[in-house]
Amino acid sequence: MKRFWAWGALIIGLLYFILPLIGMTNFSLKMRRGVYSFDAYAKVLGDTRFQETFSYSVTLALLTILVGVFLVVPTAYWVRLKLPFLRPYIEFVTLLPLVIPAIVVVFGYIRLYNTSSWLPLTGTALGTDVLLVAGYTMLALPYMYRAVDTGLRTIDVTTLTEAAQSLGAGWFTIITRIILPNVLVAVLSGAFLTFAIVIGEFTMAALLNRPAFGPYMQVLGANRAYEPAALAVIAFAITWGCLGLIQLVSRFQKSAQRPV
Amino acid sequence: MSFLTLTHLQKSFGSVKVVHDFNMTIEKGEFISFLGPSGCGKTTVLRMIAGFEIPTGGTIEIAGKDQTNLRPNQRNIGMVFQAYALFPNMSVFDNVAFGLKVAGKPKSEIDARVKEMLKLIHLEHLSDRYPYQMSGGQQQRVALARALAPKPQVLLLDEPLSALDAKIRVSLREEIRQIQRQLGITTVFVTHDQEEALSISDRIVVMNAGKADQIGTPGEIYNRPTTRFVANFVGTLNVIEAILVNAATGTVKIGEEVVSLPQPITGKSDGQSISIAFRPEAATIAGPSTGPAAVTGTVLSSNFLGSVVRTKVDAGGNIISFDMFNQASAQIPKAGETVSLSLQPDGLMVLGD
Ligand SMILES: Nc1ncnc2c1ncn2[C@@H]1O[C@H](COP(=O)(O)OP(=O)(O)OP(=O)(O)O)[C@@H](O)[C@H]1O
Ligand SMILES: [Mg+2]
Repeated sequence: MKRFWAWGALIIGLLYFILPLIGMTNFSLKMRRGVYSFDAYAKVLGDTRFQETFSYSVTLALLTILVGVFLVVPTAYWVRLKLPFLRPYIEFVTLLPLVIPAIVVVFGYIRLYNTSSWLPLTGTALGTDVLLVAGYTMLALPYMYRAVDTGLRTIDVTTLTEAAQSLGAGWFTIITRIILPNVLVAVLSGAFLTFAIVIGEFTMAALLNRPAFGPYMQVLGANRAYEPAALAVIAFAITWGCLGLIQLVSRFQKSAQRPV
Repeated sequence: MSFLTLTHLQKSFGSVKVVHDFNMTIEKGEFISFLGPSGCGKTTVLRMIAGFEIPTGGTIEIAGKDQTNLRPNQRNIGMVFQAYALFPNMSVFDNVAFGLKVAGKPKSEIDARVKEMLKLIHLEHLSDRYPYQMSGGQQQRVALARALAPKPQVLLLDEPLSALDAKIRVSLREEIRQIQRQLGITTVFVTHDQEEALSISDRIVVMNAGKADQIGTPGEIYNRPTTRFVANFVGTLNVIEAILVNAATGTVKIGEEVVSLPQPITGKSDGQSISIAFRPEAATIAGPSTGPAAVTGTVLSSNFLGSVVRTKVDAGGNIISFDMFNQASAQIPKAGETVSLSLQPDGLMVLGD
């Protein structure tokens, strides 16, 4: 009886999750009347707006990952090494983006960096891109910090640092040659999550008026019938691809670091 | 000419003074052990030499150069840790090469030096392995090679053997000592295992509560402890009361036995009661060939310790341990038996306080 309910719950859960997906995929394939076809996909992929916004978002995602790694790895390392009592506070700060809506942050940015401010970043495209990357970095912070901090927990940060120092290494060498390689898998899972977040992000890009993928999806969704469904399937595939890659690298780490 | 000089070294953590006035000079090529109970400050002194802790007071000099204000990566000191601390992302070869790469040595020189080091620790065949693929003993040998590769001025080892099992511990400590001799490198070895310290050191520093209680060769530390702490901490020690017969000749009466100590006794007058300490091996069962019994008591237990048998005797409330060689012909005392012991004069120590 117990088993029955367990299976029942699982099946209902799966249906709840999968049915809309199937419906959407089904719909996305029906652009040509009466037959299944990839017409909607071809149309989406062939659209220059798609290509532009997608490559714009990919570029920004990569930049966000870079900035995030440069910001988070040394910080998490330093906190573990020298300021362990600050860890709970730092963790709290990195969780703030989860409770502060992106729209609040964007309005803050616009107020602070508008064209009549002391640092008119919103005045140029490049300046706005800088702001956007900063905002994305912040959005990704909870995931990036946790991933890296968890990675650091698996190594003896203090002793490895001292071993490297006694061999003559300075901070730059220690972080790039010892710390980063040992948390690389954690950094990669943080990076894939960041990628997935940035690709789909709407609020910040829209309000800062940049040609990103999120706003494009929204515009397309409001004006077309079949293409948005195809686009959603594509976006889903990207996110799931990222999650799959996280699984893959963490499995790779398990086989590389555990005694065989 | 001393090589490593520690002068009035002090360290406090907040208001807690952990190292009080530590003084020591170490010769080039010497093997020094810091021996002492947990928490006495051995690691702290070692970490100050390495530069990981900044002394609250005093100076550290190596080869005549003041090191006190140098950062750890400017000191050229090799360090081996209890937890091995090999870089998990690097192979054995790369671990050993790390210090040389950091120093910007040319590749051919690095290759040659790493090979030489791996040969020294007999692990040439494992140069492509990663740390997680090796036993603790192998990892610690790699850690030793890694520390030695950049030709450090001083080698520091903080309880490098405590994580290993007994057999490896003994063979590796001999290997460390042999490599140290071969390279002639000045070495400080921290341990709380007295057998370890006694067996491999040129000199031992017995530390107690942040101070060096006694500095001496293993023989001096074991046979002529100058403080009660050292006498108690190193080896097993029996303490019994005796009557001073003649201070000038060093004659004392212990039980029925009158013995003359190797040296006169100062600071006490004849007829006074004094405390005499002796090691388990200084007592033998009294018989026709020995003098009269110094101690008589009831056997509590006899334990085999391999080549010797250690017997505990209750002598009027004092528990006395004594050792005899484990020979087939020897009569091993049984619990409950009464035995009489006589003491060898040169094994007796008068305790000052
Ligand atoms: N960073 C620190 N902050 C505060 N107190 C410390 C610190 N490091 C060491 N201590 C204290 O200093 C004392 C000496 O520590 P140390 O590690 O030198 O002892 P040890 O002789 O190496 O002991 P063990 O044999 O247990 O390793 C201890 O009481 C310890 O609690
Ligand atoms: Mg210690």
